[in-house]
Amino acid sequence: MVAQTAKLNIEDLKVSYGDKQVIHGISFDIQPNEIFGVIGPSQSGKTSMLRVINRTIEFTANARVEGTVKMDGQNAYHVKDVYEYRRRIGMVAPLPVGLPLTIYDNVAFAPRSFGMKEKSELDELVTRCLEQAALWDEVKDRLNTLGTMLSGGQQQRLTIARALSHQPEVLCLDEFSIAIDPVTTMKIEDVLKELRNEMTIILVTNLVQQARRLADRTMFLLNGNLIEIGETEKMFSGNAEETMTNEFVSGAFG
Amino acid sequence: MIEPKNNASRFTETAIGRKKQFTERIAKFVFLLMTLAMVVPLLLIVGFLLYKAWPALSIDFVFELPKNGMREGGIWPAFLGTLYLVLISLVIAAPIGVMAAIYLNEYAKENWFTRIINLAVINLAGVPSIVHALFGLGAFVLFAGLGRSVLAASLTLAVMTLPVIIASTKEALSAVPMSFRQASWNMGVSRWQTIRGIVMPNSVSGILTGIILQVSRAAGETAPIMFTGVVFYKAVDKGDLLAYGLLDQCMALAMHLYTISTQVPGVPDAVPFATAVILLGVVLLVNALSIVLRIYIRTHRKW
Repeated sequence: MVAQTAKLNIEDLKVSYGDKQVIHGISFDIQPNEIFGVIGPSQSGKTSMLRVINRTIEFTANARVEGTVKMDGQNAYHVKDVYEYRRRIGMVAPLPVGLPLTIYDNVAFAPRSFGMKEKSELDELVTRCLEQAALWDEVKDRLNTLGTMLSGGQQQRLTIARALSHQPEVLCLDEFSIAIDPVTTMKIEDVLKELRNEMTIILVTNLVQQARRLADRTMFLLNGNLIEIGETEKMFSGNAEETMTNEFVSGAFG
Repeated sequence: MIEPKNNASRFTETAIGRKKQFTERIAKFVFLLMTLAMVVPLLLIVGFLLYKAWPALSIDFVFELPKNGMREGGIWPAFLGTLYLVLISLVIAAPIGVMAAIYLNEYAKENWFTRIINLAVINLAGVPSIVHALFGLGAFVLFAGLGRSVLAASLTLAVMTLPVIIASTKEALSAVPMSFRQASWNMGVSRWQTIRGIVMPNSVSGILTGIILQVSRAAGETAPIMFTGVVFYKAVDKGDLLAYGLLDQCMALAMHLYTISTQVPGVPDAVPFATAVILLGVVLLVNALSIVLRIYIRTHRKW
């Protein structure tokens, strides 16, 4: 693996909330245009890791972060404009959050906050994001209704459209399927397969099989420790290096 | 092993089922009763006021000056004084209160400093108005040299209402789910843009409601303004909207009501009641204005 070409490079990352350390020094690289799966039981530090990557962990008062996060070789914690940096990363939360705005405004909110005013430009962007999130056909006739009126599965795709609205280079999905139905889940999985041509995807998932279906490489975290990282095929074939990995993917615990 | 019940037996009335239905009916009845207990006195008060005030009530009553030692005529100076006091105190207290609450709820980190401020806000909200009156007398009338004036009285009312506005605004802001803010921050939207675009539009109703309640309180208080700028009688021109300067003394409805009901002998019965109706009307007017404002904001929001 060539370190220089890594999209994201994380070195000796430690995270603690108050006295409680939740990530105990993990290091890994994420390559451009790969789907990087992250699996592990709850409390293994998956969400904290994502919040470190997009720097929203700074909003948690007692959180402490050590180690380095580099994007395209540049230290994420030294960038001048944190909003510009966050914009390069799309984030999809576990529970769908439809902002209490119209469907159109949900998607246009972030671009507007960066100064995009031209109506035609916004229209085009909103359309493209909703299409990419496989939601366009269902909502194209009612873009001015409230986003919160959509069903859970539609709201999650709206969340994805919103995450795409600021044209990120990395898309992080945090257990996106826990609150939605299998049909929508499959739809979104197809979306992700398309999106990987344009961006790098970090897929944190509680469904081990989802990582197997989608991820190029998979990382297994347990209690804030990196147990193993490897090609998805190998991780799931029962031939993983660590016995704990094999036990987890086969459902022995977790 | 328990015999599985056949379907028919499930539809028969059991003792426990009867008891459940009975308590359900009782509960519903008691809660309805309490609702009526709240509404009925309100209607009685308003009805009684209107009935007693009827002989004196007229458009002229509002715009006329008091005559014959306040036994006849109208209440224009007091009406105008209350409008001035309420509006000026509102203009001072509402922006400061709302912005302070935004800082405390959205920006401030949890530490000893903000804990002390929050504690102070809650305690200040409970301070009796007569204490605020003395503070206003010392701080604005004497120390700041404003004298007994509209401005000093308005500032005193503003200080009195400020903590409650802060507390109610904070309540309204914290009712906006955290996930909305997180979703916004995740997109690289700044805190202020998030507050303006997501938090404020969803809490504006609650914020306005908190402010309105304080308007009513400011309009009705007598003690703070009595010490700091309101007088028994002051002659102004009939119907003159700009009668008072900021450093003038003024009359006010609450004070006027107190004066004519207790200090002046021989006032016809209807006059104090009519004054009370007008005071109530001022409060309702401000409430109505803010409801209109709320609807306007809801339908025209561009943020």
